[in-house]
Amino acid sequence: MPTFVYMTRCDGCGHCVDICPSDIMHIDKTYRRAVNIEPNMCWECYSCVKACPQHAIDVRGYADFAPLGHSVRVRREEEKGTISWRIKFRDGRQKDFVSPITTKPWGSAIPRLAELPAPSEEQVKSQHLVYEPDALNVEEGLPTIDKSRFKQGVYY
Amino acid sequence: MLTDNPFAEISASMSPTVMKTYVVIMILLVAGGTLFDVIHKKSARYFFENWKKSKNRGTQPVGGGRVVGLAIQTLAVDVLASGEFCNARRRVAHLLTMHGFLLYVVTTAIMVFGYPTPAVPTPGIVPFLWHLGALMVCVGGYWFWFFIRADVAAEGNSPLRFMRADLFILSLLASVTLALVWSAVQAGGASWSGAVFGLYAIATAALFGSVPWSKFAHMFFKPAAALHKRVAEADGSMDNLPPPADAPATFGLGIKREAPRHY
Repeated sequence: MPTFVYMTRCDGCGHCVDICPSDIMHIDKTYRRAVNIEPNMCWECYSCVKACPQHAIDVRGYADFAPLGHSVRVRREEEKGTISWRIKFRDGRQKDFVSPITTKPWGSAIPRLAELPAPSEEQVKSQHLVYEPDALNVEEGLPTIDKSRFKQGVYY
Repeated sequence: MLTDNPFAEISASMSPTVMKTYVVIMILLVAGGTLFDVIHKKSARYFFENWKKSKNRGTQPVGGGRVVGLAIQTLAVDVLASGEFCNARRRVAHLLTMHGFLLYVVTTAIMVFGYPTPAVPTPGIVPFLWHLGALMVCVGGYWFWFFIRADVAAEGNSPLRFMRADLFILSLLASVTLALVWSAVQAGGASWSGAVFGLYAIATAALFGSVPWSKFAHMFFKPAAALHKRVAEADGSMDNLPPPADAPATFGLGIKREAPRHY
């Protein structure tokens, strides 16, 4: 299930807005807190969850891999180079993991998705992508913004 | 002007009883509006349910005395020093606005109830603090409005766009700005100072009357959330977060080295 924000914890800093690869974390104009504006498009990549300095964002796991009543929370500490996970199950079991953020040298092996080739005609017609891009409803379902209205330094 | 009680000066044309009644009505509007907001948004219910859930998850009991200690810490750090703000500019602007507003409101009540007419001379410090409080709100508030607030302009909206979310800050700024203008105009002896006073009363009524529709109630639920965060850390539940890793901080700040602005 996609990300959601605990509004009592969020201070509207915008780290999640900056880091979301799907550009769906925005600042709510009424409450001035972060909000996931398009849960359908959430990649559940945990980027915003890890980036939030207030730990105000959480992700609900799908029931097919995360049992009901579970909790998965993460703490990313870049100064220490560690990422810690705590997974709790409804029967009271708890698993804690601490790993390095990366074992490769910092600054190397950063994925550049924009430089990867687009799917071939064959791939688009395959089982995996047969309903895309139409089923994403990008042309009619999603709002569009004229990029010329953005201020300097904003990139979407 | 800074040490003159503007409410005493206007008492010749505006009965002190009317002014006192107005202040009492404003207090009732805030109390009633906040209560309505809390019931309507179910924030008190959410807070107590969250508190109960957190207590059940806790690994160490936190006694009543410890909770009182944490409440004092919350008051001192998170409330009075606005400690939850990570952004320094926001923190300073909030401190100016919050303490300025408290100073302004308290001195208003002192002047209206304690020194309503020129017959009882007002100590100069009280109107001085009233003007200072209003000025602090103006500095913090206008700085926030023009330079700090969530940059909705980044999404192609006009920076002059007004919407319901701006109700609190705009009515607050209107109230304190008109208060200062009225004080200056009245001290100068202008005949239209009464009209400015009328606008000031309207802006203040808009501020206190719009509590159910504005951010006003955050002054209650943010301290409650801050206290809950401290208690959750003390009882070990930490909202199910893993504890900080036991490792030296030898890497740089990473994504936190620059404030988010690419949106």
